Amino acid sequence: MESSTGVLVIGGGSTGTGIARDLAMRGADVTLVEQGNLTHGTTGRMHGLLHSGGRYAVSDQESAKECIQENRVLRDIASHCVEMTGGLFVQRPEDTDEYFQKKLEGCRECDIPAEVLSPEEAREIEPYLAKDIKRAIKVPDGAIDPFRLCVANAVSTENHGGRVETHAPVTDVLVEDGEVVGVKVEHETGQGKREHGKAGETEKIYADHVVNATGAWAGRIGEMAGVDVEVRPSKGVMVVMNCRQVDTVVNRCQPKGDADIVVPHETTAILGTTDEEVDDPEEYPEEQWEVDRMIDELKQLVPILDEARTIRSFWGVRPLYEPPDTGTSDPTDITRQFFLLDHDDRDDLPGMTSIVGGKFTTYRMMAETISDHVSERLGIDAECRTADVPLPGSKDETVLDDAMDRFGLRSPIARRSKQRLGNRADEVLDVDGPNPVICQCEGVTRAEIKDAVSQAGTDLNAVRIRTRASMGNCQGGFCSRAMADVLHPEYEEEIAREAYDELFQERWKGEVHALWGEQLSQAMLNYALHATTLNADSDPARLDQEVDFGAFDGGHPTDTVEGAEAGDSAVATDGGHDGD
Amino acid sequence: MAIEDDVLVVGGGLAAIAAAVGAHEQGARVRLVSHKQSTMRQASGLIDILGYTPDGDGPVVDPFDAIEELPEGHPYERVGVDAVRAGLDMFDDAAGDAYTGGHTDKNALVPTHGGAIKPTARYPQSAASGLASAGGDTLFVGFDSMIEFDAPVAADHLAATGVPYETEGVTIEFPGGLRDDAKVTRYAHLLDRNADLTVDGTDVPARTALAERVKDHVGEHERVGFPAVLGDDHPADIREELANRVGAPVFEVPMGPPSLPGLRLEDRLYEYLHEIGVRVSTGNPIVDVEPDDGRVDRVVGDHSGREVPYKAEEYILATGGLVGKGIDSDREGVYEPVFDCHVPHPADRYDWFEDGVFDDHEFARFGVPVDTGLRPLDANDEPEFENLRAAGSILGGYDFPSEKSGSGVSLATGYAAGETAGERV
Repeated sequence: MESSTGVLVIGGGSTGTGIARDLAMRGADVTLVEQGNLTHGTTGRMHGLLHSGGRYAVSDQESAKECIQENRVLRDIASHCVEMTGGLFVQRPEDTDEYFQKKLEGCRECDIPAEVLSPEEAREIEPYLAKDIKRAIKVPDGAIDPFRLCVANAVSTENHGGRVETHAPVTDVLVEDGEVVGVKVEHETGQGKREHGKAGETEKIYADHVVNATGAWAGRIGEMAGVDVEVRPSKGVMVVMNCRQVDTVVNRCQPKGDADIVVPHETTAILGTTDEEVDDPEEYPEEQWEVDRMIDELKQLVPILDEARTIRSFWGVRPLYEPPDTGTSDPTDITRQFFLLDHDDRDDLPGMTSIVGGKFTTYRMMAETISDHVSERLGIDAECRTADVPLPGSKDETVLDDAMDRFGLRSPIARRSKQRLGNRADEVLDVDGPNPVICQCEGVTRAEIKDAVSQAGTDLNAVRIRTRASMGNCQGGFCSRAMADVLHPEYEEEIAREAYDELFQERWKGEVHALWGEQLSQAMLNYALHATTLNADSDPARLDQEVDFGAFDGGHPTDTVEGAEAGDSAVATDGGHDGD
Repeated sequence: MAIEDDVLVVGGGLAAIAAAVGAHEQGARVRLVSHKQSTMRQASGLIDILGYTPDGDGPVVDPFDAIEELPEGHPYERVGVDAVRAGLDMFDDAAGDAYTGGHTDKNALVPTHGGAIKPTARYPQSAASGLASAGGDTLFVGFDSMIEFDAPVAADHLAATGVPYETEGVTIEFPGGLRDDAKVTRYAHLLDRNADLTVDGTDVPARTALAERVKDHVGEHERVGFPAVLGDDHPADIREELANRVGAPVFEVPMGPPSLPGLRLEDRLYEYLHEIGVRVSTGNPIVDVEPDDGRVDRVVGDHSGREVPYKAEEYILATGGLVGKGIDSDREGVYEPVFDCHVPHPADRYDWFEDGVFDDHEFARFGVPVDTGLRPLDANDEPEFENLRAAGSILGGYDFPSEKSGSGVSLATGYAAGETAGERV
């Protein structure tokens, strides 16, 4: 099949959804396609830091200034995705005074509020900081949920008439007479929401302009169009802890290095990270030393991390870029600035623009720049409004408390639901009948899961990123089956079962990097619950196995009952008493 | 002064209980010392012996046949098939009328709360009329406030396993307006007390009110399955009354934690220990071991910070596997925390697991290796201590979730270890 659109955006991360929203709000006809879930790429694999800019205040002041500016914007337009935790740059005895001073001055030069704290003052904020720290700088770092932010951008795009297609990888870029005119996508399970078992289809989408916002994957799209986009993907590990050992972002105050940040994120703390160039954004080694280094380095700042429980680890790939012939060898030295590549100017290929480099905190600003560029190309005469108009869910939080009472949600469930849903809580939680908690670790109720299913279809990983269900200590051991049950009866049992198996396997992929101590015990419990109690590993339905039911125990002769007659004369169902 | 007994059992689960009974039956004075709640309350209450071979063949019809074929080092191979039968006989005595399945060597197939079927050797009376291997059109009833059992999903799943009968599931509101997220014990106690519930402005006893809601759905169905919440103290009475009122036999579908059938079994077995005169101390971890010339001389318990020594002739270690923390680990390796017995494991922790969630994981077989007298062996295959035996999921060399062999191994090795220890004092 074929269709046409004004602007086709490739990539469902923060940049892509940000561009789609921006252009849709300017009145453009926008279609966004994403190969996996929203946030499937780098956006879904970051530590969730809302930069104050402090990290770049010495090395890259341009980036630092952009960060603090956007930090303020996001607090306004995405309040339900942001938690203003504050951040500390902590100096250990072996870290130099010279760098500490540079950091402080750098922050001030970039208009980043910065305050020096004595070790006592720092430990008053974060009691678990090491006893021997020298001092700290306090900055307005925060935590941000990239999943909800992208989903909110996508929802806003749709609210402004745009079309968003996930699980729709681009298989070709259509070039006619030396101009990009659209793309070919493969809908894995048809158009619209994902649905397990539904047949795929191919669609050619013609567009006036194509935006390649695929980050670390930008080179692949470039190749399909016949142009070189030299992204230098760099991997970094993030280690997820079982609870918030700190409530403030804790950075090490040193020039650069692996394992120098702890970000409190929702119910967890995330340790990061490494910076290693890789050849392929999808196929790269995930190694034990990376996990070990996070714990061994960061315990110097927060000693209890050594004994704390790790629940999983994940890796992300930064879409670093530098103009040809810059020749930086160490990926940590490559600029975090973003680059707009107009392929008409650059490669004599009109019809397509790529965006590479950059970072999550400034996604909106990047999107604005790209959208200005595309608007100019297409003659759209409208201003960017994304810095002023709140994202869906982030308005009028004050009216929420009453609503939560009305839905009978107990604290802390109520508080958690409210934080996640923002001002959508009212419409989402207004259901008939009981609304039990499905995910105990994260406090997610059935109504929230149902709402996510209405957006995401049978893709429980997409439900997960919207709700955080299955992201806590048990890693889906207790809740993944109940999450899948919500799909039924809208979807058949077999489809719900496939969705459940897919989620449980996805959780396992990250959990294997935390398999010692408590989490190995948890893994064995999860295995026992699923294999012993549910027999999910040898289930005849899953294995399509025929079982000779008649060959097995058909019950004790005196235990079996002639089908009880209706009425009072029926007999006991089990031969009588069992010790009571 | 130490607390002195003939046999000291360290642990509180199925294997520890079996060991205590085994030693007691040999005339020994026995004490059982446990630390935390056992993992029995997390288990479904079914007593599996062997449902699948280590190669994954199954469901096995006759577990005793399959046991003869197990490889060297498997706990069943260590004790032999007669010990498995002896352990089960002990269980049948201890569980009494609450359990059935001993009329045949064959496994039964029982529906799980997800709707799959699983092979098991002994099952609670409460599950008896629900066997998938017994036939009879089945209605599942779930409660819309309870996420552990989605009756329509389970019914459709059960049908997909190919059972030769009709299945249907219906979700109802539990009468009387229990809070969302009420614990399973709340439902059970309401039904135990048969308390009056207010339904449409009228007070109705709980069992009657529940039956009224189910009755119209029963139709031609030959049996009715509920989630396992039908009473803690009076389950048989409740099933009988519900069956009478709905007009068909009533059964429970075993569930995961917190599992009422698991709790009932734990209560029943501790009652049995009490009846036969085994001494039980709970809440006290063993924190130190005093060896003497290749033997365990004394062990030291922690009673709220006070050290209390225990002394016995023979010791049995039944503290559980990875779940019960009888086996523990850190980033460097895997260990047994009480007696520091040798636990073989790959040096690289990335060799402990496989990529597929149900693949053949090395960690699933972590545990202590033992000789045929169930004595833990050191790295040189020599007994760690002359008078220490191990039983249950602390043993290595088998993958109980995949084999569905957890309860059977606990009973067989526990009882065998207890008997041997009891004979020697």
